[in-house]
Amino acid sequence: MEHLCYIRGIILFYYTEEIMATVKFTRHLVRYFPALSDRVQATGCTVAEIIADLDRQFPGLADYIVDDQGALRKHVNIFLGGDLVRDRQHLQDPVSETDELYIFQALSGG
Amino acid sequence: MARNLLILGTRKGLILLHRQQGEWRVRQTAFAGVPVSYAMRDHRTGVLWVCADHGHWGQKLYRSQDGGETFAEVSAPKFPEGSVIYDVFSGGAEKPASLSYLWIIAPGGDDRPERLYIGTEPGGLFRSDDGGESFHLVESLWQHPSRKENWFGGGRDQAGVCAIVVDPRDSNHLYVGVSVGGVYESVDDGRSWVGRNQGLRADYLPDPFSEYGHDPHFMVASPSNPDILWQQNHCGVFRSTNGGKTWQDISQPNGPVKFGFPIAVDAHDPDTAWVVPGISDEMRMPVNQALFVGRTEDGGKTWQELRKGLPQENAYDVVFRHALDIDEEQLAFGSTTGNLYYSSNRGDDWSCISHNLPPIYSVRFA
Repeated sequence: MEHLCYIRGIILFYYTEEIMATVKFTRHLVRYFPALSDRVQATGCTVAEIIADLDRQFPGLADYIVDDQGALRKHVNIFLGGDLVRDRQHLQDPVSETDELYIFQALSGG
Repeated sequence: MARNLLILGTRKGLILLHRQQGEWRVRQTAFAGVPVSYAMRDHRTGVLWVCADHGHWGQKLYRSQDGGETFAEVSAPKFPEGSVIYDVFSGGAEKPASLSYLWIIAPGGDDRPERLYIGTEPGGLFRSDDGGESFHLVESLWQHPSRKENWFGGGRDQAGVCAIVVDPRDSNHLYVGVSVGGVYESVDDGRSWVGRNQGLRADYLPDPFSEYGHDPHFMVASPSNPDILWQQNHCGVFRSTNGGKTWQDISQPNGPVKFGFPIAVDAHDPDTAWVVPGISDEMRMPVNQALFVGRTEDGGKTWQELRKGLPQENAYDVVFRHALDIDEEQLAFGSTTGNLYYSSNRGDDWSCISHNLPPIYSVRFA
C-alpha cells in the first residue's frame, strides 16, 4: 500500500509500506491502559501520526500525552531515538522505520 | 432523613464514608494516589462524578453508576482548537488554552436530568446535554469582553470557574463565580452573560470597586429563596438579596470573619450561613491558630464563633472552597491537614471523624 508522508503539508516521500515504529512506554501509563505493553508497534511518519495511531489502538491514550491543542503535555517527554522531540507544539518531528520512541513522564514529588 | 454518605476528594484519591449507627466509617477508597479535585453524586440520577487531576497525564473525568463500586472514564472537556487565554500580566499576551484543572461539576436543574456543567481552569464553563457523554464550552461566557483584561489566576496560574448556581425555579437562570474574574449571571440559558459585582470590593486592584476582576472563592444561593446569594470572597463575606444586582459586605468589621474559602447556606432559612475563616490572604492559617466555624442567623449582621470540639491551639487547618457542606442539621468540612470534622447540630458541637486523611479538596454529602 502506498503511503504519503507529509510534514506541514509538504510531501516528503512516499513508501510502498507504511512506516512502522516501535514505541516504548513508562509503566505509569499501564495503570490506566492495562492492555498496553512495554513495546508497541505504531505507524506514522511523524510523532503526531504515531500518537494518532496509538490512540486508535488504545482509545483515549492520546489525551494522556497531548493537551487540548495537540501539544505535548508539559510534564511528558518523548524521546525519538536518544533525543527529545524538538517540536513539542505540533509533534512534527519525522519518524523513520528504525526509530524507537520512548514516552516518559517527568519526575515529581508529593 | 439525613444523608449518610460523605464523598471526599483528596490529594490521594476518592474517599467514601458511610454512617452506620451514628458512626462515620470509611466505606471505600478509589483512585489511590491520584488527586481528586472534586467529587459529588448527582441527586437526580444517582451517578457519582469524580474530577481527577492526573498531573502529568492531564485532567480526567470519571463516573460511577453503581454507587462507587466501579468507575468508567468519560471524555473530559476540551477547549476548542484555536482557543486562547490572555496573560494580563504580560500585556495581554495570548497562549493556547488547554484544560489544566477541573474545579467543579454541577447538575443542570431538576427538569433537565441530562444537563451537567463543569467549571474549569482556565476559566471555562462547559455544558453537557447528554448526561456527561460530551461537554462543550459555553462560548458566550468564554468570549465575554471582560475576560481579556480582567480574568487572572490567584493561587493557581489561570482564572477558574469555581462556582455554578442553577436557579431551582428556572434552570435557564444561571450564575457563575470566576476566581479571579467575578460573578456573572445569565437569564437565557447561557446565551448571554452580565457581570454582577456591584458592591464587591477587590482590595488587590487599583480600583477596588472595579466592574470586574473580583474573586468570589465560592458562591451559593439560598435554596428557600434563590434571590439571596452568598459568597466567601477573597476580600470578605458578601451577600445579595436581589439576585446579585448589588452585594453587601457582611464581614465582621473588626472580627475574624472575613477571609476564607467555603460558604454553606441553610436549606430553609436564607438568613443562616456558615463559613470557616482563616487569617488573611497572605497567611492562610486559622485565626490565632484556633479553628472555628462562623455562623450567622441574621443575614450577616452578627456572627457566632463555633469552637466546641475544634482544636483551639496549634491548628493549621485551612478549608478549601468546596470542602464544607451542609445537609439539613448536619455539617462537615475537611482541611488541608487531613482532618475531617462533623457536626450533627448545625455547628454547635463538632467531632473529628479522622485526623489522618490526605489534604482534602472537596466534601459533599449524598
